[in-house]
Amino acid sequence: MIKFFLMVNKQGQTRLSRYYEHVEIPKRTMLEAEVIKNCLSRSKEQCSFIEYKDFKLVYRQYAALFIVVGINETENEMAVYELIHNFVEVLDRYFSRVKCFIMFNLDRVHIILDEMVLNGCIVETNKNRILAPLLVLDKMAES
Amino acid sequence: MPAVSKGDGMRGLAVFISDIRNCKSKEAEIKRINKELANIRSKFKGDKALDGYSKKKYVCKLLFIFLLGHDIDFGHMEAVNLLSSNRYTEKQIGYLFISVLVNSNSELIRLINNAIKNDLASRNPTFMGLALHCIANVGSREMAEAFAGEIPKILVAGDTMDSVKQSAALCLLRLYRTSPDFVPMGDWTSRVVHLLNDQHLGVVTAATSLITTLAQKNPEEFKTSVSLAVSRLSRIVTSASTDLQDYTYYFVPAPWLSVKLLRLLQCYPPPEDAAVRGRLTECLETILNKAQEPPKSKKVQHSNAKNAVLFEAISLIIHHDSEPNLLVRACNQLGQFLQHRETNLRYLALESMCTLASSEFSHEAVKTHIETVINALKTERDVSVRQRAVDLLYAMCDRSNAQQIVAEMLNYLETADYSIREEIVLKVAILAEKYAVDYTWYVDTILNLIRIAGDYVSEEVWYRVIQIVINRDDVQGYAAKTVFEALQAPACHENLVKVGGYILGEFGNLIAGDPRSSPLIQFNLLHSKFHLCSVPTRALLLSTYIKFVNLFPEIKTTIQDVLRSDSQLKNADVELQQRAVEYLRLSTIASTDILATVLEEMPPFPERESSILAKLKKKKGPGTVTDLEDIKKERNSDMNGGTESTPVNASTASTPSPSADLLGLGAAPVTSSAPPPSSTGSLLVDVFSDSASVVAPLAPGSEDNFARFVCKNNGVLFENQLLQIGLKSEFRQNLGRMFIFYGNKTSTQFLNFTPTLICSDELKSNILDLTEPLDMQIAVYALITVCQMHK
Repeated sequence: MIKFFLMVNKQGQTRLSRYYEHVEIPKRTMLEAEVIKNCLSRSKEQCSFIEYKDFKLVYRQYAALFIVVGINETENEMAVYELIHNFVEVLDRYFSRVKCFIMFNLDRVHIILDEMVLNGCIVETNKNRILAPLLVLDKMAES
Repeated sequence: MPAVSKGDGMRGLAVFISDIRNCKSKEAEIKRINKELANIRSKFKGDKALDGYSKKKYVCKLLFIFLLGHDIDFGHMEAVNLLSSNRYTEKQIGYLFISVLVNSNSELIRLINNAIKNDLASRNPTFMGLALHCIANVGSREMAEAFAGEIPKILVAGDTMDSVKQSAALCLLRLYRTSPDFVPMGDWTSRVVHLLNDQHLGVVTAATSLITTLAQKNPEEFKTSVSLAVSRLSRIVTSASTDLQDYTYYFVPAPWLSVKLLRLLQCYPPPEDAAVRGRLTECLETILNKAQEPPKSKKVQHSNAKNAVLFEAISLIIHHDSEPNLLVRACNQLGQFLQHRETNLRYLALESMCTLASSEFSHEAVKTHIETVINALKTERDVSVRQRAVDLLYAMCDRSNAQQIVAEMLNYLETADYSIREEIVLKVAILAEKYAVDYTWYVDTILNLIRIAGDYVSEEVWYRVIQIVINRDDVQGYAAKTVFEALQAPACHENLVKVGGYILGEFGNLIAGDPRSSPLIQFNLLHSKFHLCSVPTRALLLSTYIKFVNLFPEIKTTIQDVLRSDSQLKNADVELQQRAVEYLRLSTIASTDILATVLEEMPPFPERESSILAKLKKKKGPGTVTDLEDIKKERNSDMNGGTESTPVNASTASTPSPSADLLGLGAAPVTSSAPPPSSTGSLLVDVFSDSASVVAPLAPGSEDNFARFVCKNNGVLFENQLLQIGLKSEFRQNLGRMFIFYGNKTSTQFLNFTPTLICSDELKSNILDLTEPLDMQIAVYALITVCQMHK
């Protein structure tokens, strides 16, 4: 199962965090700092899967943003790697340029993430279906 | 494409966020946040009831502040209030807040549960969806209690919308994980299985996740899902790229769903039904074929998705372990990946091959890639990939390539990451022992190991090498010589001193003939390291010195001087002081015979499971290593179990009294032509073979027993861990009768146990009757009737 889903920038500030199992608040900050440290120190030739404590981190870099997903051994690493990309593509479709607007629309990003991953499992990967509720919401708001 | 909708968009929030982003320093940020928190606090406490929009705005701000890392201790009540609003946006923010900031305040829990219950009953799919999301992400015990009964009903009801079904499935999964007792199996299970056939692939995905977890605990209930999963999978895999429309990701049809279905199939053994099995094999072959076809798109996403499905399929093939040609194909595919450009693929290929190596069908195929793996070990820049390569080498090791692999691993050890050295040390030790044909190689390997990574050589490793050296005569001389040479290096590790000290203490006499390793030189060599060592090592060295006193009487005075020195006798450590004092005394007052007996060569160690293996299992945890080891054991059961049966001859006792003669003979002869059957494939099987090294006519320790029989008729004559020999004799006038009892102390049967009675000719004539020993599992006894003629 997916343990957590983080979006962190290069300075180490968390832009988005979603935990699928309960982690104490102080532990979260520690975890995030360590995770980003691990990811930042990787070079391009190294693979995207890091073994960290007793689970794995799958990370992907998009310009100044790192998306890191913590998984345990029941998940297929490659599938999660592509999930990250799928997520970014959905965001891309919804917002015209992703990076600036994530922070301003955190609730929307959470909605999108919740549509895709629920309780640590991948539930929906179809872009249209993911965006459908959001589009309805927007239409309601305009009217 | 909708722009960022500011209509509903909480201007205040956007302003707040820009403020934070513009803060130049951490202090400024904290100040701004505190100001905002104070503002919100006052608004919440204010008399005027806030309208929905404002509440939502403030709760959203609180959420954002929480995300920045500050703890929020108020606002929960307001969030709960938002839950009961009728507007979707407000409700949604309320739920988001609750699910992110879980808290176990009981008042709130009740209110939250109430709100959720209302939403679930509302039949409005969006509200139901929100409620289910909340339960799925929070899933506390109270929620489980309240809702576990209802969710399955929602899940299988015909009129539920697809999206709600999806959420319900995963909600149930969450509740099952946290509180399995609240989710009993019921008639809903068969309906859940049918969800696999649903049109909506999202529902199928969710259902698969649910069934995978449930099936692990209740496999029987969900057996029917196997055939459905197989048919679904084959439909997906063989579909053209236009069929699945949105679920096709870069020309790969529904990759995540395929992966999930393959995972589900790994919960079950290969299907018994031939038709289903045939379909599954076809499906897997299609996946393997697709991997060989030229890619439909240049994009890396396409190949990644394709490979995700491929790796999962290979996992399934390995799990089933029943189709040899599939296994070989999988192995070849992985072999191709081993040299791929992309590091990710190399990493995953190494990992999968590790599990493949343990299957008997593909073990040979895996071995063909050994050169590539060794190359990877040397050239990979990523430490986790190198680690996988080490694991794979360990898994594919067998007799034919053991020497090569151990050499490579030792090479790697010199430059390995510190965190993984201990594991590699344990692995090398296990491999060296298991596949040693020539034990001199084993001794060399372990000494090399100590030299390269002495700090990481745990106690078990060097205990083991000592055990092996003591149990095997042929390697003792070589070990002594090698250890002696190794100790001459200017800087040697403490573990080497320990091993060296012990071995020279036991077998130093074997090399004492050579003038370069005369007793005095040996002693000086060890003593030169004495002061550099820690207390336990020094204690061991003191024991070695006293053994030297026994072995080499010519240097006794030198050693005694050392023992007598103040630094030993008045040493701060109690153990060292005690040893020095006692050994000194022992060397002064004991006669040579007693000294020889006390400091006799160590008897062979009894058989037991390698503690190194136990330590490695503990380190790695259950799972990979133990399986590999067990499989290896079963496959190579006669690896080093050379059944050596050495008939043991006892020499006649030289003591005068006739009854003592017979007694002396009962002790020694024990032959066994097969090792106890329980230890198939254990590492050291020679239990009896080394009793030949017992040179003394009487086994040590039985001297006292022996002497006792001068005035006693009954008692235990000899006892060790395997055998107990008791004697009972009766004498009447000129006739005597002796019962000799051989008791089997192990739990296994002795085979072909033959006691031999050897006595001088003079006495032989006096034996009237010698009953053949009876074969019994517990005890065997022989009956000897003697007639002593007065002469």
